Amino acid sequence: MALEKADVERIAHLARLGIDTDDIADYARDLSGILELVEQMNRVDTEGVEPMAHPLEMAQRLRPDEVTETNQREKFQRIAPRVEAGLYLVPKVIE
Amino acid sequence: MHDKTIAELVAGLKAGEFSSVELTRHYLDRIERHDERLNSYITVCAEHAMRQAEAADRAIAAGDAVTLTGIPLAQKDIFCTEGIRTTCGSRMLDNFVAPYDADVVERCNAAGMVMLGKTNMDEFAMGSSNETSFYGPVRNPWDAEAVPGGSSGGSAAAVAARLAPVATGTDTGGSIRQPAALCGITGLKPTYGRVSRWGMIAFASSLDQGGVMARTAEDAALLLNVIAGFDERDSTSADQPVPDYTATLEEPLDGLKIGLPKEYFAEGLDDDVARAIEAAVGEYRRLGAQIKEISLPNTSLAVPTYYVIAPAECSSNLSRFDGVRFGYRCENPRDLEDLYKRSRGEGFGAEVKRRIMIGTYALSAGYYDAYYLKAQQVRHLIREDFVDAFKEVDVILGPTSPSVAFNLGEKSSDPVAMYLSDIYTIAVNLAGLPGISIPAGFSGKRPIGLQLIGDYFGEARLLNVAHRYQQVTDWHLQVPESFAE
Amino acid sequence: MEWEAVIGLEIHAQLATKSKIFSGASTAYGAEPNTQACAVDLGLPGVLPVLNGEAVRMACKFGLAVNAEIARRSVFARKNYFYPDLPKGYQISQYELPIVGRGQLSIELEDGSTKTIGITRAHLEEDAGKSLHEDFHGMTGIDLNRAGTPLLEIVSEPDLRSAKEAVAYMKKLHMLVRYLEICDGNMQEGSFRCDANVSVRPKGERRFGTRTEIKNINSFRFVERAIDFEIERQIDLLEGGGTVVQETRLYDAAKGETRSMRSKEEAMDYRYFPDPDLLPLELDDRWLEEVRADLPELPDAKRERFMYEYGLSAYDASVLTASRELADFYEEVERSSGGEAKLAANWVMGDFSAALNRDNLEIGACPVNAEMLGRLVRRIADNTISGKIAKQVFEAMWEGEGDPDSIIEKRGLKQITDTGAIEQAIDEVLAANPQQVEQYRAGKEKLLGFFVGQVMKATQGKANPAQLNELLRKKLNS
Repeated sequence: MALEKADVERIAHLARLGIDTDDIADYARDLSGILELVEQMNRVDTEGVEPMAHPLEMAQRLRPDEVTETNQREKFQRIAPRVEAGLYLVPKVIE
Repeated sequence: MHDKTIAELVAGLKAGEFSSVELTRHYLDRIERHDERLNSYITVCAEHAMRQAEAADRAIAAGDAVTLTGIPLAQKDIFCTEGIRTTCGSRMLDNFVAPYDADVVERCNAAGMVMLGKTNMDEFAMGSSNETSFYGPVRNPWDAEAVPGGSSGGSAAAVAARLAPVATGTDTGGSIRQPAALCGITGLKPTYGRVSRWGMIAFASSLDQGGVMARTAEDAALLLNVIAGFDERDSTSADQPVPDYTATLEEPLDGLKIGLPKEYFAEGLDDDVARAIEAAVGEYRRLGAQIKEISLPNTSLAVPTYYVIAPAECSSNLSRFDGVRFGYRCENPRDLEDLYKRSRGEGFGAEVKRRIMIGTYALSAGYYDAYYLKAQQVRHLIREDFVDAFKEVDVILGPTSPSVAFNLGEKSSDPVAMYLSDIYTIAVNLAGLPGISIPAGFSGKRPIGLQLIGDYFGEARLLNVAHRYQQVTDWHLQVPESFAE
Repeated sequence: MEWEAVIGLEIHAQLATKSKIFSGASTAYGAEPNTQACAVDLGLPGVLPVLNGEAVRMACKFGLAVNAEIARRSVFARKNYFYPDLPKGYQISQYELPIVGRGQLSIELEDGSTKTIGITRAHLEEDAGKSLHEDFHGMTGIDLNRAGTPLLEIVSEPDLRSAKEAVAYMKKLHMLVRYLEICDGNMQEGSFRCDANVSVRPKGERRFGTRTEIKNINSFRFVERAIDFEIERQIDLLEGGGTVVQETRLYDAAKGETRSMRSKEEAMDYRYFPDPDLLPLELDDRWLEEVRADLPELPDAKRERFMYEYGLSAYDASVLTASRELADFYEEVERSSGGEAKLAANWVMGDFSAALNRDNLEIGACPVNAEMLGRLVRRIADNTISGKIAKQVFEAMWEGEGDPDSIIEKRGLKQITDTGAIEQAIDEVLAANPQQVEQYRAGKEKLLGFFVGQVMKATQGKANPAQLNELLRKKLNS
């Protein structure tokens, strides 16, 4: 499966990755190569095989409904790029 | 001091031959003298380490010490360390001072160990050569032209060069075992769920596992005792009792059934590596093991399968890096789109971007069935191969890597060529099994690694099988010349 | 051309757990920004989710209450998209395998008939944070306190055929989740949110028309208006030869219309896949039976029982069972009144409810408790006081003056049932108003009311009305 520049642009947008226009062709080439590798999976017939999401046969554990976390806003916001009045700031979002 | 094993260091501390402070200072000094040409550390925590060493000495004097109290270690820079920069080898986290400790770090701290620093790694654990790090490549201590392997290249190089007695690593597709092989040390990836992933920055959640990198199997067992265990903060953590991994190291191997997968000895394997493995098999025969040829028929599908699942999971795991709450943020974003695209475009390197894009593509509308779902089905088949094999044998043996360390820059422009270096290690992560790599020889200056794969929660046996080999060989005791002093 | 509207509702109910669905942070409303957002809620590197068992229980309670299949194995999936109030860049939700499957809910229509509405599924997911668009030098502020609060998304089949039906369904669901105590239903605080999918088709047509989605309508009234508007809009559009565009619309309450969201909105590709940080949720029969045993009497059953046990009309029973608190309150009043079901019902629905509304109080927080109100009712039933006097006593109780008996005693409000005393009062009034007596006897029967009023005034309203009437007539007609 060969990827075109338009495909790369679409995927990069979905993933919110800024890619230089100059690099798009290289990415298209590299990604196409990886997809070629990946398509080797089709050598085996997997009709009726259960997909395996987890290596271990375990079920989800349940947690009791208790408040165990205290307010650590100051600690967490110390590492934030932009904070004001306890809020994280981002460029205005138009609804 | 840096030639002693951990077991010897523990005895020395106990006997009062030296203090933890002296031991720590010794390693910090070595790091200062040698690491510039190795680049194995991103952050050296001299002051923090000294404080921990002082506390350890006090504990030892008061009789409050546990086994590894006072022993220095290096932590791969993928583990969150509270108050200390945790970069994951990326510009994206260059300014990230973690506000909490990973479970692995908590356990090492509780055991009174001394953290020398955070080791270099491929960016976000994506790589097999430690060439994708924002902080520059790490060099192989055995040959400065060569890569150390990746993604735990910094930890591997540091231990091999004796800039730390032991280190932690993580392994998603081979990132502990392959660098261990390329650097001539012992590296263990435990069973999935054995070590908590809390605080271990996620790459591919169903494959990632924290583990140990040391010079001997015994040293590895000592550190595994500390970091293994159930953690209720991790839903994928296994609630299995932790045995004393050192207790069964000496068990004789008579009657042990070792499987050799015929698919591991096909084309693509370096002659020198094949010869070293063959010699090792001979050693195991002499130790009393029975060798049996087995088949893992879906071996060749492991790499293609992995390169759907790992990128798919990481494309989602890395979405949180958006310049909003922590980490890199671009200058003067024009609007929200610009904030996201430039922060992520500038913060992530090329390999990370490639994997995010492959993952995004594999999960996108219209492609999910053909890629992601298919990969999960093949993953099931690969796991079944191992389940079947372990009905006939106790451990599986093979080369860790098809070749020894390649040169810096040799494969970095061809992603797929790079991916194929993980051909023997990847299936183990897909199945969630434990695997260990131990030194088994050299090709010229460059070390050769032997891989042993065990059944679920079979780490004790793996360490035993590794240890017995290390008792009759001395590959693991070799020292890279230029780091001897 | 006759048109038929086809409506389906998606309701997001915030589950009333103490802590978040995947972390131990508090879910309490109204905290200072980001003081209830822990590392897991913030999506910091290296954090992991662990599932809150109570959220699972609450989802199962809902499923059992609507007779739905509960999945013995359900899976959490990641819904991937970028938005600042979504810290991880994905929402943990459920996609292919939700915890609750097909169920149903019956609703009462205005004409008294009932209709069964299908529920397609209900699933667990985490809520996002909040964006504040007030001016921070042209920036938006993000508060992640709400991020991670458990939500139950309830999806109805497209069985609704009018805005009124949609409102009836929404109200029934609202009542049910409050009955089950899984959601406080506070729409102002965002605990109960509604999205409506609306389409129209020619009557008799079986295929569905193109539907639009109206998002985030947060009151019953707005839901009705928004849906009515949208139905009209679509019909006008189609009758004019146009086509309905599949899109998301917002309801503008001020203008009373729906409008399209930014047209740049391309179809979102959420790239759903099972969350590898969570394992499949497996529920066993025994656990479910415990949840079932813990279910309260449900609204429909309670209403039926009220009609049967207390002899109440369907309407009265509906009003009294609108909430569990009110129903429980009524039953205690009835018990405390010595079984005066009808009278108790009138008082609870009448004066008591009026006082609650007037002072904007909750049942539990008001000055008159059920036991006290019950005793007041008993005093009316046993003729100690008249209904009219009781109103005075009630007001006094509401003001905190004490219990009914002490108020009646203190204020001397006991009804006069002594015939002698009433007769005497009547005699005095008749003697004082000879002209009116003449007029009455001459045929002006209306004046009876006048005499009644005068006697009541003379007795400070305490004369027993029934006796007064009887004796008055006797004297006037003699």
